[in-house]
Amino acid sequence: MSYNKKLTFSAGLKDGIPIALGYLSVAFAFGMSAVSKGFPLWSPIIISLSNFTGTGQFVGVDLMAAGAGLLEIAFTLLIINLRYLLMSLSLSQRLEPNMSLLKRLAIAFGNTDEIFAVSMQQHDLLNHKYMFGLILSSYLGWVSGTVVGACASNLLPAMICSALGIAVYSMFIAIIVPPARKYWSVLQIVAIAIVLSCVFYWIPPFNKLSSGWAIIICGVISSAYGAYRFPLKSDNLEEGVQNEN
Amino acid sequence: MKTEMLIIAILVMATVTYLPRVLPLALFKRKIQNPFVRSFLLYMPYGILAAMIFPAVFFSTNGIISAICGAVISLILAWNRRGLLTVAIGGTLAVLVAEWVLMLVK
Repeated sequence: MSYNKKLTFSAGLKDGIPIALGYLSVAFAFGMSAVSKGFPLWSPIIISLSNFTGTGQFVGVDLMAAGAGLLEIAFTLLIINLRYLLMSLSLSQRLEPNMSLLKRLAIAFGNTDEIFAVSMQQHDLLNHKYMFGLILSSYLGWVSGTVVGACASNLLPAMICSALGIAVYSMFIAIIVPPARKYWSVLQIVAIAIVLSCVFYWIPPFNKLSSGWAIIICGVISSAYGAYRFPLKSDNLEEGVQNEN
Repeated sequence: MKTEMLIIAILVMATVTYLPRVLPLALFKRKIQNPFVRSFLLYMPYGILAAMIFPAVFFSTNGIISAICGAVISLILAWNRRGLLTVAIGGTLAVLVAEWVLMLVK
């Protein structure tokens, strides 16, 4: 869909709309649950403004409500967030090489799962304008969802809130299915990751592992297999096809 | 929890979220040349996303039946190469319709 288009600020804003849509409901749920746990109204809003992450925020608030210490909070969230190391490393290879440090620092703040996923879909090198647009509309969705959720817990009917819960996953599906359909290599990687992920979800003792570690392990094993079986010489997937049997 | 403690805890959360995001972007400016590592990084998004979708998508709504409907509609739309927004709206609507039908049946 988005191949070879111009990576402008407004293109980024537009690509951020589906992310913002998904974020609205998740952030809404976050704001609501934090206030219902007895946190002051301002705190989930400050958390969303300063953290800008999904799972980490939910877990952090749960831990605080349970009276966990700072060290426990820091360690648990670090494990959950370790996947960002991989994502940022991957993203670092796709940004324009001459981009200033300050812009990189700003983009790093906005490197959420969803923003990472959408930006990695682009075929050209990523410039700061596109990234800022993408981050801005997503961030607005995240923060405004939190504000509304924290302020009025019964503004959105429960059924719509529940339905919006799938939006982020639908978007991920839209990102991985077309290349998985086209490239045998990606299809194998996706299949391996799904099987591993299900093992980590259901089968003991693997299901004892936190979801943060599980995602890292699934991602590392499946893409290491892909890199071993279908090494690429350039920065696109086309070449992998030649190596397939 | 006292307000000061809450603010400190929020700062800790923000720090351990930002650090893993910023370190690779600040440190790795050059292109990695090793073909295995480069291929690994190019394939990584697909592996991570696939693991994040399944099986979590089935528990993302009020009930597993509506979630399966949403996931199937999303898969069909994505297979036909619809854009992100279309797939996101399609999946959401499918869940909405499924939950509405389930409510009528009950």
